[in-house]
Amino acid sequence: MRLTGAEIIVECLKEQGVDTVFGFPGGQALIIYDALYKYSHEIKHILTSHEQGASHAADGYARATGKVGVCIATSGPGATNLVTGIATAYMDSVPMVAITGQVPTALLGKDSFQEVDITGITMPITKHNYIVKDVNKLADVIREAFIIAKEGRPGPVLIDVCKDVTAAEAEYEPKPLKTPQEVLLGVTEEEVAEAAEIINAAKRPVILSGGGVSIAGATEEVRTLAENAKIPVSTSLMGMGSFPATHELYMGMVGMHGTKTSNLAVSDCDLFIAVGARFSDRVISNVSMFAPKAKIMHIDIDPAEVGKNINVHHPLVGNIKKILARINSRIEKKNNTEWSEKIAEWKNLYPLKYTKDEVLRPQFIMERICELTKGEALITTEVGQHQMWAAQFYKYKEPRQFISSGGLGTMGFGLGACIGAQIGRPEKKVINIAGDGSFRMNCNELATAVEYRLPIIIALFNNGVLGMVRQWQELFFGGRYSATNIDRGTNFKALAEAYGAVGIDVAKPEEVDAAIKKALESKDRPVLINFIIDKDDKVFPIVPPGKPISEIIED
Amino acid sequence: MAKHTLSVLVENHAGVLSRVAGLFSRRGFNIDSLAVGVTENPDISRMTIVVDGDDYTVEQVSKQLNKLIDVIKIKQLAKDESVSRELALIKVAASATTRSEIIQIVEIFRANIVDVSKNTLTVEISGSTSKVEALEDMLRQFGIKEIVRTGTIAIERGNKIIKVTNNDEE
Repeated sequence: MRLTGAEIIVECLKEQGVDTVFGFPGGQALIIYDALYKYSHEIKHILTSHEQGASHAADGYARATGKVGVCIATSGPGATNLVTGIATAYMDSVPMVAITGQVPTALLGKDSFQEVDITGITMPITKHNYIVKDVNKLADVIREAFIIAKEGRPGPVLIDVCKDVTAAEAEYEPKPLKTPQEVLLGVTEEEVAEAAEIINAAKRPVILSGGGVSIAGATEEVRTLAENAKIPVSTSLMGMGSFPATHELYMGMVGMHGTKTSNLAVSDCDLFIAVGARFSDRVISNVSMFAPKAKIMHIDIDPAEVGKNINVHHPLVGNIKKILARINSRIEKKNNTEWSEKIAEWKNLYPLKYTKDEVLRPQFIMERICELTKGEALITTEVGQHQMWAAQFYKYKEPRQFISSGGLGTMGFGLGACIGAQIGRPEKKVINIAGDGSFRMNCNELATAVEYRLPIIIALFNNGVLGMVRQWQELFFGGRYSATNIDRGTNFKALAEAYGAVGIDVAKPEEVDAAIKKALESKDRPVLINFIIDKDDKVFPIVPPGKPISEIIED
Repeated sequence: MAKHTLSVLVENHAGVLSRVAGLFSRRGFNIDSLAVGVTENPDISRMTIVVDGDDYTVEQVSKQLNKLIDVIKIKQLAKDESVSRELALIKVAASATTRSEIIQIVEIFRANIVDVSKNTLTVEISGSTSKVEALEDMLRQFGIKEIVRTGTIAIERGNKIIKVTNNDEE
């Protein structure tokens, strides 16, 4: 059938099973939006306050559901406003397709109104990108973009479509959905056998379960390996929920704000098995002192991650779920009694702790949120202290339960992501843990949450300062608090109400439960709980930058 | 640090060079030279990239290049199993007294004179990088006005070829 380019875009989205897109219209996207109007019964368009919010929402949607998140913006500023969201998705391997309008082909390169070279700008932060100047190529470009976004290590793909292409007509034939090709990288039977042998022989092994485990759906395989060979497990920030926090083998997060148990175990282990993790500087800190007694085994789908940040002794590159299953069939059940006892002793000696008094503590709030949601809510976060408390004091049971900007560390990510996650998983309670600094960056998206009647909860950890930066200033810069006081008297409760959301102020520990319960009861309105916390509460433990992770400041 | 020659088959369309060059700069890899041109198949271009770095760098370069969708195939060419050439044009100052001496040197190098004026000679030389540099060295005494170099291109010796399909060699 003959369709316009804009209609072909929407038809191709349907081919891919897309039923929800996030975006914001504009001049060069007008024809695309006209097609969305026509197809509005089949594809739901979520209109955000700002394109950045749309990109984070598409990201949150993708992380919560495992599907490809789609966002749409116009040319120029619309496209550049997506950039932070695309970079966030790229760093955390989130499958996303961003579609941007572009000036007509005849006006390209002439500094036309709202023209920007968005393919040039997003080259380093996308898996791949396209500019479409020929309507006959449009359908295949979109199909290919979705495959690339999902295939292997997922990531964002941008498609820039010139306005005349969206208007032009072409023949469109629906095509059946192509599944992404399995990344076939040769892990031989010998390599698997060798890996199993090394694991069987290890006396003090540790598993690091990363974000790749959640993406690959390899939670069960990691668990089987850990249980059969009695291997204690740490997670990276991205790996939160890839191994149940309630499991007896779980040691907590590793790295800069990891538990002392995790960091001591890694520093003492003789075999470090990283699964779907990329040895980020926030995990390894001082590379020459990381796991100094260990052989390092790295199981990952991206060959470029192997040997990038750290020297790897046993690389296994490919689909981690399949590799682990093959290894697991060769693992002997055993008890590392001595090592298990050592870990248990550390866990006993060094639990995550905080001062329990009459002051409202952020860690206490996180524990109460965990308790009152039975550890089953989806938690999104902004970036900063609250993000670390959310990682430390909520017991994540499942993958895709903790949604946070790990790689890029994007303040302002959480609210958009929370909206996307709630739309993707309407049956779940979705809570955005926010700091006042991060929240203020993109709080305009409250209007979106109100409009779409999303019962999300924003737990605002309001200390009037940029807490994480301030904490560094206190610990490493002699208490010179440069530009970190942001207490400007904003009334966040009133702000929430002004948007049409519910606002609740909480200043005392005894008010916490009632506020959370009230918020959890909301069925169709977002609730902001403004928790007034102390500006001197800090995230502990902390490993000072550049130090080995065994050098831990506990409080 | 050693020089490594990578031969890279890429899709022949707009933006590919920019993707490859951008990758090098943002990952902090040093390109010594990069030469690109279309292959026997007009849809495919071949880049010859000379990288300055240790084995770690070359491995990272290859792996990161492999992640680019437009990159079809990468092969590191071993020095003794490949032929490499570079073309340079050197404009050198030449007076009536020095002209014949320059021509003699050019002949020794089996280079060509491609342009002549009252006070310059332009020399075309092709060969290995060291040969080009040796000639440049010899001509420096006369005063080099301008040099333009293509950067190295290289191809494997014997019947080995880099093919688009999964088999490296035939």
